[in-house]
Amino acid sequence: MANLNVAIGSLNLKNPVLTASGTFGYGEEFADFIDLGKLGGFIIKGTTLEHREGNPYPRMVETPSGMLNAVGLQNKGVDYFIENIYPRIKDVDSQVIVNVSGASIDDYVKVCEKLNDLDRINAIEVNISCPNVKQGGMAFGTTCEGAAQVTEAVRKAYKKTVIVKLSPNVTSIVDIAKSVEDAGADSVSLINTLLGMAIDVERRRPYLSTVTGGLSGPAVRPVAVRMVWQVAHAVKIPVIGLGGIMNGRDALEFIMAGATAVEIGTANFIDPSITTKVIDYIDDFCMRHGVADISELRGII
Amino acid sequence: MDFEVVKNEKLHDLYTLLILTPVDKELPEILPGQFVQVAIDNSKATFLRRPISVNFVDKGKNHLWLLVRKAGDGTAALMAKNKGDIVNLILPLGNSFHVPSPESRVLLVGGGVGVAPMLYWGAKLKNSGINPEFLLGARSAKDVLELREFESIGKTHISTEDGSLGEAGLVTTNSVLSQKWDIIYCCGPAPMMKAVAKVAAQIGASCEVSLENMMACGLGACLCCVEKTVKGNVCVCTEGPIFNTDQLTWQI
Repeated sequence: MANLNVAIGSLNLKNPVLTASGTFGYGEEFADFIDLGKLGGFIIKGTTLEHREGNPYPRMVETPSGMLNAVGLQNKGVDYFIENIYPRIKDVDSQVIVNVSGASIDDYVKVCEKLNDLDRINAIEVNISCPNVKQGGMAFGTTCEGAAQVTEAVRKAYKKTVIVKLSPNVTSIVDIAKSVEDAGADSVSLINTLLGMAIDVERRRPYLSTVTGGLSGPAVRPVAVRMVWQVAHAVKIPVIGLGGIMNGRDALEFIMAGATAVEIGTANFIDPSITTKVIDYIDDFCMRHGVADISELRGII
Repeated sequence: MDFEVVKNEKLHDLYTLLILTPVDKELPEILPGQFVQVAIDNSKATFLRRPISVNFVDKGKNHLWLLVRKAGDGTAALMAKNKGDIVNLILPLGNSFHVPSPESRVLLVGGGVGVAPMLYWGAKLKNSGINPEFLLGARSAKDVLELREFESIGKTHISTEDGSLGEAGLVTTNSVLSQKWDIIYCCGPAPMMKAVAKVAAQIGASCEVSLENMMACGLGACLCCVEKTVKGNVCVCTEGPIFNTDQLTWQI
């Protein structure tokens, strides 16, 4: 068996496979299908300071090889997570990462302060790229200044590994990534969803209640691979790649483009056990290709 | 869980009855009102699973019945499955209908493909000693699905829009609906369910509906299929698909 261990800052992962925020709930939803302990880690859905109801239904429409969503960060708030969810998942033998979102910098800081004390949470992923909320979210992630401000504040407030999740809805994702690196992030993950839109022509209405939404799924993968490749060449911190990974082959594309780890998102909806299949595929690939350590494949393009 | 197609019975241009059996396994316990998520690997244009309600479970034969309506490319591809093909299902998902008290007068209302969950539910009710009656709605006589099966379980009333079978009009104007019922179970298009819920409220009957909001995962992870309830937005796939209308925020 090849060595699949990777490090994201001070965070060690037993393999490079994570789950994308918002596609894996609190992990428990998938416990009937896979051994959560087999994962490199899983990322808890976007958590905010206060409870959020999210956007009105309809929130999702399937598009060619993809889906548009406009969930809008529905969650029960960080206190609910700490009191009710954390005790149930803290003993899983893999890394649990919380995705953090907010409407103001102060919100992000307060959530980070609350998460600091959880022994089994060793990293957060800072969401500055959600396209489905009116305030905060992507607003911070579309300028270098905004992205740097949030990163700096979070860096001060949170003691452990800080991953910043980037939006693809920008002119130069490389510039944003560099700003975030300079502001103290330990890692960047990319890409969040691409802003999109679809219209039901018979009813002459948009499919989503919010008109626009975030596109995910295999349709976005080539865009994501390109962005990961560009960013990986421009920053020194580890890059986490995501966007339309449906199988092990797709995951390796990101790793060869320069990603240290990958996140699997939409594919969880089609096959709840896909993450473990991806891990097995990568392991088998390494055997077939005589690769002793996953790092031999990283950034070879 | 992999299933083999035992039979693909075309009921009509738009409807197919798929009878499936698990490959080398026993069917798990499935409750009336629950649904399955079907992976559709032969569809070029779609990739998400399709949620389909359980139409009937034949325990003896280890058969699962799914009534499929052609709604788009995904369901069209599912309807093209042939005997012997393998389909992957996640099941059973969601909650179930609430069991009424023994003396209840019970009406099961289905519109179009919404008749599907009522067959299994009606059969279960009859086995438990309650005699349900059915009210089925369709465009015309040829669109009334599984009539023989329903009639074998209980008294079956029909509404067709063109009057070719039963009473002319919608189920909501059928004279049976406004009789004295204790509980009405309903599945069909949203406007129909709202209209039935309104009649139920008028006659003082409890009303449970089966919602079919657009879903991605079916597991409560993606939060796409939410319905606004008195408790806020909840996932139809895990908190539903069956809701008592007193939990919903419908303006009726």
